[in-house]
Amino acid sequence: MFGYVPLGMAFGVLFQDLGYGWYFASLMGVFVFAGAAQFMAVGLLAAHAGLVEVAISTLVLNSRHMFFGLSLLKRYQGRGLKKLYLIFGLTDETYSLITASHLPATDDEQNYYFYLTALNHFYWVVGCTLGALLGASVEFDSRGMDFALTALFMVLLIEQWKKIQNPTPFVIALGCSAIALWLFPDKMLLVSIALATSILFALKPVVDKNK
Amino acid sequence: MSDNIYLLSVIVVMAIATFATRAFPFVALKGKGDHPLMDYIGRYVPPAVMTILVFYSMKNVDVFTAPFGANEFIALGITSAVHLWKRNSLLSIFSATAFYMFAVQYGLFA
Repeated sequence: MFGYVPLGMAFGVLFQDLGYGWYFASLMGVFVFAGAAQFMAVGLLAAHAGLVEVAISTLVLNSRHMFFGLSLLKRYQGRGLKKLYLIFGLTDETYSLITASHLPATDDEQNYYFYLTALNHFYWVVGCTLGALLGASVEFDSRGMDFALTALFMVLLIEQWKKIQNPTPFVIALGCSAIALWLFPDKMLLVSIALATSILFALKPVVDKNK
Repeated sequence: MSDNIYLLSVIVVMAIATFATRAFPFVALKGKGDHPLMDYIGRYVPPAVMTILVFYSMKNVDVFTAPFGANEFIALGITSAVHLWKRNSLLSIFSATAFYMFAVQYGLFA
């Protein structure tokens, strides 16, 4: 949970290099609250990407969050604003904490999720803000810091590997990435995702059998 | 000023897109959570997406001229090794990033 502070700081420092006011980093932390997507946004902002590209990249990058919700449908039973907030705050970190927690069997389950999410959110905003302030006040050479995003993806990939222990989706995705980069270098992300998902669908009977 | 408006629009778009992905299953799949197809998607699409994202974030690495992406591949190796060893995401990310920053700034393999 505390991990969100340094990670947020890394984002804040990188964000500051764009030359916007530090409070925009906090604003992003408050309203977007997505680690990987915010890191990616720094690159998109630097390239002055169009809003459609921003939307598609965010959707693709965060598409994994759809599957978080899937497995929490039963746990997130509450209603109203509290539930909306729980869904809003369903980050990688929140998800792993919630799915790893063995709940004290009380009726305060929803409250427990709520505080966990709020605390994560708080640490993230603090991290983003501190990083941006630091980047604005100190001469700091942040070259190479953007590797944090690649490393984050790699960590998530290894976690996926540990979970399914089946090379098929990894191999398919690698092949699709190479093909997409070769044929459509500008639309690589979208093309490779579409291609890999279609192939996975087509191979469902085969893949399922080897479970 | 218009730059700030651009940034604010980006933040709004990202906030909506992020919330949309997180809310999707709660809205669209109410009561269909145990459908076998959902199970299949939830199991095999995320690993594919993560692989693509690693590839995507490495796509600007020049592997055909010296140093052939040595900095990036070593850093990626560090993340993987540290993560397989300690399974502490933060440690894995920070050790590799620290190495990479050092390598890039001091021209370790230039």
